[in-house]
Amino acid sequence: MPNLFKIKPSVGLLSLPYSLVFIFFFFIPLSLTLIISFWDYNEYSIIPDLILENYRYIFENCFSFENGMCVTFKTYLSTFAFCLITWFFTLIIGFFVAYFLSFYVNSLTWQIALFLICTIPFWTSNVIRMISWIPLLGRNGLVNDFFLSTGLTSTPQEWLLYSAFSVVLAFVHLYTLFMIVPIFNSMMRIDKSIIEAAYDSGANGFQVLWNIIIPLCKPGIVIGSIFVITVVMGDFITIGIMGGQQIPSIGKIIYVEMSYLQLPAAAANAVILLFLTLLIIWIMTKMIDIRKEL
Amino acid sequence: MFSKKSNTYYICVFFFSLFVLFLYGPTFTIILLSFQGPDGGLTFPLNGISTYWFEELWRGGSVVDIGSAFKRSIILGVLVMVLTVVLSVAAGLAFRKKFWGSNILFYTTVASLIVPSIVLSLGVALQFRLIDDITKWIGTSLDISWINDSFQTSLGMYSSGLGAQLTWTLPFGLLIMFAVFNRFDKSYEEAARDLGASPWKTFKEIVLPLIAPSIVGIALFGFTLSYDELARSSQVMGSGNTLPLELRGLTTTVTTPIIYALGTVTTFVSFTVIAISVGFYLFLKRKKGI
Repeated sequence: MPNLFKIKPSVGLLSLPYSLVFIFFFFIPLSLTLIISFWDYNEYSIIPDLILENYRYIFENCFSFENGMCVTFKTYLSTFAFCLITWFFTLIIGFFVAYFLSFYVNSLTWQIALFLICTIPFWTSNVIRMISWIPLLGRNGLVNDFFLSTGLTSTPQEWLLYSAFSVVLAFVHLYTLFMIVPIFNSMMRIDKSIIEAAYDSGANGFQVLWNIIIPLCKPGIVIGSIFVITVVMGDFITIGIMGGQQIPSIGKIIYVEMSYLQLPAAAANAVILLFLTLLIIWIMTKMIDIRKEL
Repeated sequence: MFSKKSNTYYICVFFFSLFVLFLYGPTFTIILLSFQGPDGGLTFPLNGISTYWFEELWRGGSVVDIGSAFKRSIILGVLVMVLTVVLSVAAGLAFRKKFWGSNILFYTTVASLIVPSIVLSLGVALQFRLIDDITKWIGTSLDISWINDSFQTSLGMYSSGLGAQLTWTLPFGLLIMFAVFNRFDKSYEEAARDLGASPWKTFKEIVLPLIAPSIVGIALFGFTLSYDELARSSQVMGSGNTLPLELRGLTTTVTTPIIYALGTVTTFVSFTVIAISVGFYLFLKRKKGI
């Protein structure tokens, strides 16, 4: 028993190294980003200051709609559109896959094996998974070959690759897993007897899905949605590679500003992006308690 | 309830197979195309079969120094893996009881997963830039010669790069630990404690063997996520690029199957690591016999 008392103060301390990493590589960097977004800069250095110029510049011409929409609004609109479309497809596919795994696969071994099959690509390179669409979707790719040989189209289709289409395709390809895992987790917790009871009381398959399974999966759906939406919000690599460097994104703006050493400007963009992302998450977490779900 | 013979069952199997094809099909296409002859291009048809592009890759032909980028990625991956395992297991143990700041740390963990990677990368880059400026300022004002003569930047793979990647891998580690301890049967360690085992001995002899399979899982996440990490690393690697960063650069410049050959090699490394981990996991699970 004395040992118990001895360890009590030290157990929490075990989290210290972990906490230090986040203090040094998460809290301080993000705080600095906020601070530096109010700094001034010239070609070669950043200058401590307290100005709103960086923010003003982002929203320049944004509130007079004479010349159409400003670049910032256009970029965010395009990002939101990607979020919404990607979210829709990852949710549908992710839900289906999780549903299949938890209710149609009966043995636990098979469930784990098939789940692993869905997970393995997550542990491989995203860039490789993106460029692997080139031989399929390119001008001379398999899909165009198929279109031409069957006479569906008379010229190669250009919208297949380096387009908004290929960006969404890559997002769905890369991130459906983020939906599968939490939804599968929620579904595995559903007491099967509830579903049986519903069937015994005369509910049909759709009613069971709509009135029992979906409501009980809500936490999983919300967590998955948060993951997918935030990852698309801040993306610049997938949009860059799959959009042929032609489609704008906030991440890309930050990236370009950094390469020109316009760090305070990049910081201001980062702060706005972070704020919007947190706002979306905050709205979504209003619906559930994440901690209960692990 | 869900009869195996029903039509919907087979429809679902069909769609699931389609999904698996969607997941793996493209990757296998480029693996296939990487074995083309010297005249091969980026698309089908296959122009002969050879290992020409792998030899070309090995020689370093037309591609930037892939060999050292590869080495850097592996070393950093192992380092991140070890740190992820040690730090998240330790933190996982701490989280079994409430401690001061445990809520903040939990929400930080979640926040770190969902903060846009470019924002974090920018923040870390800014931080190290300031550290550089301060170091140089100290150097000139105190006239410290080694700073003035040789100090370039504190930004680098093992400083900012390592830290930025940890903010991505550690949360996965801790969340796995949560999942483990939420389902953990405390009676074993209580028994050990009742028999007079010290906390360290209880951990080493009882807890560690029980959670060992999950630790393999954390290690897998730690290595593979670091090995493929791109967005958070993008601004903070300093002069030495990792493999994913080089790869990303290559997507815009290289127009030969050499990039597929590189893709095949990296995918092979990932698959090998995954296979070893899964094998190890199953081995530990069986050994445990629970």
